[in-house]
Amino acid sequence: MLQLISLLVENKPGALMRVTGVLSARGYNIESLTVARTLDPELSRMSIVVDIESSQRAQVIKQINKLVNVLQVTDLTEGSAVRRELVLLWIGTTQENRMAVLKEAEIFGAKAVDSAADGYALEATGDPEKLDAFIRTMQRYGEIEVTRSGLVSVPLEAKKVKLAPPVHKEHLEMDQEVLKTTE
Amino acid sequence: MSTKLMTGAQVVLECLLREKVECFFGYPGGVTLPLYDALYDHPIRHILVRHEQNACFAAQGYARATGKVGVCCATSGPGATNLVTALVDALMDSIPVVAITGQVSTKLIGSDAFQEADTFGITRSCTKHNFMVKKLAELPQIIHEAFHLAASGRPGPVLVDIPKDVFQAQGHYTPVSTIHLPGYRLNTEGHAGQIRRAAEMIWESERPIVYAGGGIVAAEAANDLRQFVELIDAPSVCTLMGLGSMPSTHPNFISMPGMHGSYAANMAMTETDLIIALGVRFDDRVTGRLAAFAPHARVIHVDIDPAEIGKNRAADIPIVGDVKKVLERLQEAVVDLAPTMKAKNATARTAWWAQVKAWKEEHPLEPEMSTDEIKPQHLVAEIDRLSGGEAIVASDVGQHQMWGAQFIRFNHPRLWLNSGGLGSMGFGLPAAIGAQFARPDKLVFALVGDGGFQMSIPELATIANHALPVKIIVMNNGYLGMVRQWQELFYNNRLSSVQLDGFPDPEKLAGAYGFRGRTVESPRELRSVLEAAVKEPGPYLLNVRVTPFENVYPMVPAGGAINEMVLGPVQPVAV
Repeated sequence: MLQLISLLVENKPGALMRVTGVLSARGYNIESLTVARTLDPELSRMSIVVDIESSQRAQVIKQINKLVNVLQVTDLTEGSAVRRELVLLWIGTTQENRMAVLKEAEIFGAKAVDSAADGYALEATGDPEKLDAFIRTMQRYGEIEVTRSGLVSVPLEAKKVKLAPPVHKEHLEMDQEVLKTTE
Repeated sequence: MSTKLMTGAQVVLECLLREKVECFFGYPGGVTLPLYDALYDHPIRHILVRHEQNACFAAQGYARATGKVGVCCATSGPGATNLVTALVDALMDSIPVVAITGQVSTKLIGSDAFQEADTFGITRSCTKHNFMVKKLAELPQIIHEAFHLAASGRPGPVLVDIPKDVFQAQGHYTPVSTIHLPGYRLNTEGHAGQIRRAAEMIWESERPIVYAGGGIVAAEAANDLRQFVELIDAPSVCTLMGLGSMPSTHPNFISMPGMHGSYAANMAMTETDLIIALGVRFDDRVTGRLAAFAPHARVIHVDIDPAEIGKNRAADIPIVGDVKKVLERLQEAVVDLAPTMKAKNATARTAWWAQVKAWKEEHPLEPEMSTDEIKPQHLVAEIDRLSGGEAIVASDVGQHQMWGAQFIRFNHPRLWLNSGGLGSMGFGLPAAIGAQFARPDKLVFALVGDGGFQMSIPELATIANHALPVKIIVMNNGYLGMVRQWQELFYNNRLSSVQLDGFPDPEKLAGAYGFRGRTVESPRELRSVLEAAVKEPGPYLLNVRVTPFENVYPMVPAGGAINEMVLGPVQPVAV
């Protein structure tokens, strides 16, 4: 069953690799993954859709949670959250079907974001099943090229992020004796 | 604060000094030249080994023998990739290690420069965490974070990759005294309500058993464990990683459970109604077939790592916390409840102890002896006699390791050092080196097979250079014994690529390095030769020719339930 994991991670080189490494090391294939900065530019929000056997789901979440760069992991598979995806689709049109294509797209709430003599770039957002239907429908009108953003989500109830407090290391304090020995 | 101008290399050493590193193990190379130049007149001692893998194993030996962070160093490319096995080994056994690797200069990274490798990428899954330093300003913070991560929580290896130009850069060193890793959340206290419920469950139990592991060693909780076991008067087992946490001669200790565990330990683990699991991970070598493991038992599982709880066996009472702190509180709770609850199951507890003792007597762990040839069990029993529970024994991996675990007694933790989780051959000798540097006062045995010994033979030079009084005992059966045992039992004795012919003459080999060695074949001579080796002020290489075809028993065949042990040489059923 597909699982939707939402993560808050430190925006640091390698953070993405650490997260995907937990999944790939167990042979799980990622269906989609999006990453972008949050309001705090030092943090990123990651949404991952991945197929994990149900018996391993809790373990994978725990393993991701152990990563030092990960501040929060939430399993949004069943929780209350808004889940949306964006599709950008280029469709080749003929003089005859140009209007029909636009009308059909409108039914799906899609809009043309670019237009050329031989086709349109269409943009649609929605839940993945609706977007599947949109793509299937558009295929009937002509050649298409599709790019999907992958699922992004926002939980409907904010979960407080628990952060580790700073740790004071007394033994690292300025130590004259240590400095002397190094001079 | 400080306005001292330093190079990056000097900053690294300054950080190590502040972390109270006395010595570290390594091998220099092109990009670490600036670091080794700074070391030239620096008080920290660097131990030159003969292979980077052994630098990390030695650092582990140091860490395992003391609990302090072990430090190793390697150059870029092949130096760093040679660390990989030993890093994974430290990760599996939760050993605190900081590895410093050199990297090509920042402007060359990604250009396939000479001796460039993606160390940061390669070691991502080999470490608890890793860092690549891109500028001098972040260097002190990162090094101290590395030490903090390695030593705290569930310990593990942390690697810091430092490009050559960062070593060479000059800057003003500013001391760091605060570590802030917001995502590194540690839960050390243990949930008070869960601890209370655990205490109730302990008194409700008729047939409890304490199952203790490497977490007890890491948490320095051996005394707390012993007190706790005595308080609830339960039989206790220690895993391969936990041996020594309970003194081996303690009346409540019934040895190691699992694939080569004692009959009593495996029967008790099967028949118990309550497993009190402390710093363990229900490893497959302990549980055998998981579905058949401890079928009647409820489980209290204490571990610092929440991911270990419920991973292999569901816990009725999960307690995430530092096992030392949890044991302190658990004892209080157990004492509080004793007046009302202790008497309840007293009769059942007495019957349980009688049963456990009967199992112990039915199939005790007793070394095989022969007057014609040296049985491998005889050898470890003699090491045990010389050690008296006090020597450090760094073991390699294989049959000798299992016999060592069965027959060598340990009065304390941090004496039995071995590659438990990863099972890395070649571990024993360099680990013994690290342990001897850490504990120059201690008698240190490297108990190795003829296979593993030959994987780390170059380190004889390190031993010779420092006249380290390590006693290298090669249990030589001329085979990769454990693999041969499996080929015999499960592959119709088709012995494929397991015969190790051509073992070097130990007298000449040790002599070539400038110390003494010999072979012993006669069981009558074994004791006196071992005693002489121990009396030798310097290193000694003793090659002990043992029965070639001896197998380790009891044995739980892979995929079997742990109460279905093969107790001795019978015709087993292939699995």
